[in-house]
Amino acid sequence: MTTDHLPSGDPGGTPGHAHDHGSDLPADLVESTHAVSVTVNGRLRRATVPARRLLSDFLRHDLGLTGTHVGCEHGVCGCCTVLLDGAAVRACLLLAVGVDGRAVTTIEGLAAEDGTLHPVQQAFHDEHGLQCGFCTPGFVMSACDFLADNATPTRAEIREGMSGNLCRCTGYQNITAAVETAAARLAETGQDPRARCAGNDPDSGSGAVARARMGATPNEAGTTGRGPAGQGPSSTGALDDGPGDPGSAVGEGDA
Amino acid sequence: MKPPPFRHVAPRTVDEAVTALAEADGHGKVLAGGQSLVPLLNMRLAAPSVLVDVNGVTGLDGIEVTDDAVVVGATVRHRDLERHAAADAALPVLRQALVHVAHPVIRNRGTVVGSLVHADPAAELPAVLVLLGGHVDVVSRDDRRSIDAEALFVAPLESSLRPDELAVSATFPRLAATTATAVRELARRHGDYAMAGVCVAVDRDDERATVTGARAVFIGVTDTPTLVDLGEDLAGQGCHDLDTVAAVARARDAIDPTDDIHATADYRRHLAGVMLARALADAATGREDA
Amino acid sequence: MTTRLFGQGVPRKEDRRLLTGAGRFVDDLSHDAWEVAIVRSPHAHARIVDIDVTEALDVPDLVAIHTWEDLPERMQQPLPLLIPHPALTAPRTQFVLANGEVNHVGEAIVMVVARTRYAAEDAADRIRVDYEFLEPVVGIERAAAGDRRVHDELDDNVAAHLVQEIGDARAAIDAAPHTMSFRLDVERSASTPLETRGVYARWDADEGHLRLYSSTQAPTSVRAAVATILEMDFQDVECIAPDVGGGFGVKIMHPWPEEVLVPWAATVLGHDVKFTEDRREHFISANHERGQVQHLEVGFDDDGRILGIDFTFLHDHGAYIPYGLIVPIITSTQFLGPYRISDYRVEFRSLYTNTVPVTPYRGAGRPQAVFAMERLMDKVAAELGKDRTQVRAINLIQPDEFPWEFGLTFQDGRAYTYDSGDYPTSLDMLKDLVGWDDFARRQAEARDDGRLLGIGLAAYVEGTGVGPYEGGHVLVEPTGRVQVATGLSSQGQGHETVFAQIVADVLGVDLDDVEVVVGDSSRMQYAVGTFASRAAVMSGNAIALAANKVREKALRLASEALEVDPADLEFADGQVRVVGSPDTGLPLKMLATLSNPLRYAFDEDAAAATQFAAPADPDRPPVGDDDEPGLEGTDFYSPVRSTFASGMHAVVVEVDPDTSAVEILDYAVVHDCGNLINPTIVRGQVHGGVGQGVGGALYERMAYDEHGQLQNASFMDFLMPYMTEVPDGIAIDHLETPSPLNPLGIKGAGEAGVIPSAAVFAAAIEDAVGIPIDAMPISPSQLHHLRLAADAPASTNGQP
Repeated sequence: MTTDHLPSGDPGGTPGHAHDHGSDLPADLVESTHAVSVTVNGRLRRATVPARRLLSDFLRHDLGLTGTHVGCEHGVCGCCTVLLDGAAVRACLLLAVGVDGRAVTTIEGLAAEDGTLHPVQQAFHDEHGLQCGFCTPGFVMSACDFLADNATPTRAEIREGMSGNLCRCTGYQNITAAVETAAARLAETGQDPRARCAGNDPDSGSGAVARARMGATPNEAGTTGRGPAGQGPSSTGALDDGPGDPGSAVGEGDA
Repeated sequence: MKPPPFRHVAPRTVDEAVTALAEADGHGKVLAGGQSLVPLLNMRLAAPSVLVDVNGVTGLDGIEVTDDAVVVGATVRHRDLERHAAADAALPVLRQALVHVAHPVIRNRGTVVGSLVHADPAAELPAVLVLLGGHVDVVSRDDRRSIDAEALFVAPLESSLRPDELAVSATFPRLAATTATAVRELARRHGDYAMAGVCVAVDRDDERATVTGARAVFIGVTDTPTLVDLGEDLAGQGCHDLDTVAAVARARDAIDPTDDIHATADYRRHLAGVMLARALADAATGREDA
Repeated sequence: MTTRLFGQGVPRKEDRRLLTGAGRFVDDLSHDAWEVAIVRSPHAHARIVDIDVTEALDVPDLVAIHTWEDLPERMQQPLPLLIPHPALTAPRTQFVLANGEVNHVGEAIVMVVARTRYAAEDAADRIRVDYEFLEPVVGIERAAAGDRRVHDELDDNVAAHLVQEIGDARAAIDAAPHTMSFRLDVERSASTPLETRGVYARWDADEGHLRLYSSTQAPTSVRAAVATILEMDFQDVECIAPDVGGGFGVKIMHPWPEEVLVPWAATVLGHDVKFTEDRREHFISANHERGQVQHLEVGFDDDGRILGIDFTFLHDHGAYIPYGLIVPIITSTQFLGPYRISDYRVEFRSLYTNTVPVTPYRGAGRPQAVFAMERLMDKVAAELGKDRTQVRAINLIQPDEFPWEFGLTFQDGRAYTYDSGDYPTSLDMLKDLVGWDDFARRQAEARDDGRLLGIGLAAYVEGTGVGPYEGGHVLVEPTGRVQVATGLSSQGQGHETVFAQIVADVLGVDLDDVEVVVGDSSRMQYAVGTFASRAAVMSGNAIALAANKVREKALRLASEALEVDPADLEFADGQVRVVGSPDTGLPLKMLATLSNPLRYAFDEDAAAATQFAAPADPDRPPVGDDDEPGLEGTDFYSPVRSTFASGMHAVVVEVDPDTSAVEILDYAVVHDCGNLINPTIVRGQVHGGVGQGVGGALYERMAYDEHGQLQNASFMDFLMPYMTEVPDGIAIDHLETPSPLNPLGIKGAGEAGVIPSAAVFAAAIEDAVGIPIDAMPISPSQLHHLRLAADAPASTNGQP
């Protein structure tokens, strides 16, 4: 959290403890701040946030992961959908402090390090399932959860399962097709759609490191994908996360 | 649309949670799934000074299926219950209702108990709790009590919980093996709150294929979910050729819909009757909810 | 020769970044900008008595608060009237911040700047505004009555009154064997892109340079407006529309108050400032469209031939009229559709109401117009007991009758003249596609099972590619990469792909070697904007012209270097090479280097281009009098008038006899936008339009109460369709009737899908239930009451 977000002169929160601020403030302006540790796309991120900081703003503006979009901030449009311990949720209806200790996967956490698109992403491209692209990350994340739940959906099931996301551009025709195509491709490989794509290029980076990082992605941590994920990678490797907020109190790496 | 300032506490035990609520002195709010509360915060229609986040409280995430009931803890998500095979086998009406609750992504996070104590008259689960004669167990720092479904819902969006009380579980009593259920509703869009809907329970004599009793609770057309007994109108009728005219007429008299931007009161009253007739036929014949 | 890309449904170049979270939307661009929140009017009509900011000063992260009184004089003037018109006799536009009076819920009153949006909202909440209430004018009829006025100083609520006539409509109607008159209503809706409005200003005080990012359809116009209002040189202001999350018309409006306030705040505060509109704000402060009350009188003969039409309508333009009369003029003209109507009179009044202003929303007056004309056709058919397609067929303009001059003036001030089309073939194709001739049997069989099926069709003609112009710039880099720029912006139309297809064909390069930049005023400062289905037509042709300039120059350079006649050269595989001798040629990258005589060699390729490397004529200058360095070209496309696309839709619906709920069974589209650059993208545009049309016909409306409060200002209650509400499967057939007006023979496709929706659904529902449907959109509740009132056969006892 940038100090910009805090009342001036505030010492910041103590890790692990809530910290109330602003004893001189009117009662309705008093808020607490909290140290949080969240595994985001396989990497442990630490930050100090006000209690009211929405997960969507935390991801976008504190961690620089701007692929998670905000379309309504009342939970209807689905643009901000991310995976929380493997389950698709609205980031605008969660508080950053509420995901302390949990694992979040965003749209930035799907493609392989060598640039290979995740099968759901690839299917959206192949089927022209996106136009302006604003709703797209939410649809892709919802599809990953949906296909983990139902690997061989009918078109009717796709429509029901994907019905919580709004798109204003496509009329949904090609989104339905994309989810159908993704299902077929995922069925061939048996990949858990909530996990980062492994990539095609065996020579990309250090294979061992890459595999280690893959293994630490939240969704491969448990067979159900619903339980708390393991710790993020304790090593150096930066995945493709955004730059974070310059001058912010966001940390990363070993907790 | 950003929440107003508040303090957040994350108790680990029920005792800590209810202590925090007591200390909030009426200005605390319980945060569980947050699928109704956080939109209200974002729109600044609610401004608690303390949010008591019970997601980390141990012992509240269980689903227990007993001989008598399905008992659901305060942090059980809609999806958890929807996917729970034993709960579905014990009480099919739960899943029949849950599939109508918003969209899958909302159900991933929203809680069953939260939607009960939110007391939205357009929500499905309060109607189910009333239909089954269930109850909610609540705890405060100095007290612990059980609130029957009919006493829980006071007015639209108003339950009988005190601000210092935490609902720790909901108990949905099981039905007799000869009682079938169905849920029908019509919403403007799939997943929206229904313009009108109904949960029904039909007691059947399966040997004779006749109805022996029936009850209904409506969704979205009454201020609070209210049980309507339709046994007088339906008992003795054949399961496959129900005449629901009298039951529908009774039900339409028993409800009190209002106009809103999506539908008139008269249409809702009409629609409630249509949904009732269809749900009764579903339950009487064992047809799955369409 | 490389396979021609024009006409291929190639996958989009823009997808990767958008699929991986690497898109750049305005709110993605800054994380430490100070943020703006706006105090907006909670009342539809009121005078501002007092503004008290005292309590807001307690907010720790507050930076600044500005009211109208705090603004410099140049910002205290009303915002511009963008498109004046002689008939617009009483124009009123809004102030960037209210000057003593508010005229709609949501009007901006106070700007708050704080370190975060959270804090800005805290401060905004604590500002107290005292109001003196005035009577609100809500609804078209209230506005027309004139007993209450939106703008006190005016005599009534009429901003404009316009009559156009061809032939003698009165006489033609009076002389007709049959006449009919009726009223048709269309309610308000709105574009509602998923990305709300946003503007972000970076002020470089040292350089005196303002860089503005806006989620806009018209970045060069935003730049011009901001520079003008802030009294800055244009060269000191740049505006970029980065990735834009949908526009659909609402983002053509400019400058929004925030587009002026935010850059101004950045300059006075000396810090980056941004405004990201939230969804509630979008509903009450971003513009709406569609609301019209329309009266028609028609005369026709026994065959259904239309002899004369008198069309009178009232247009609700809301509290202000910044965009002029574009929408009602489009309704006035495009009403005529594909039909040969010679005696026609149209009259409209554009009315003030205390609601959000109205500017074009995808379709822009056409959905209302098509609703009017196509309902008229259906009513004539019903009156004469004829098939609805027969009545249409007899009135269609025939393929050999183009250009068809109506004698009216279109929205661009140019003649309303259709350039090309084949409407009878469209109708035949649509009938086949939807199974029109077999439908009566299908309907009867369904009715025997107690099911209510209905079919409807509607036709439209859409003026696309309106002027004045767009430009294209094409540059071949010494790397061989081809850089293309045009000034209008994209909101998902795939411009980066289709423009690259055009250039790749002209220059014989790989699609991956072409990079297209749109919406950046520093790359192409002369531009108009993305609206009126014009981007492909205008920028597509401009880029094609510019690419041809590059081609000509490359041909000349290659011809000279290879000493080969240009007629013997071809462009393929990134080379200019001799036809039939593919090994003899020069790569474009080499020609790019050679085109720029160099003094300094920075690599081996460049060494070949230095003054000492090439055996040039020492008596000629290195760059000739009629030449310029570089392998690049700029050109502009400016048509005399619009090109007219067309299409026809049909839908089959089922109405639940008990609930009156409408289910869509089949949807069919025949679409003619001339030559297709990328059929996949065009189909996507049509799909999206149809989806939006389903929303407009069956779900979406702006529910204002009598106090001017918008009761459904959220996605909970403004019922944008989900996947479950749009039919699974839209059958599309393309007809390609090239436009003779532009080199590529193309017509616009962006809006088409949404235009016939109200008409086609009304027709189908009417066919299913047998009662007139004269107002759209329609909900199950409304249909239920219509059926009750008509005593139509319906189960009322709830029996399934």
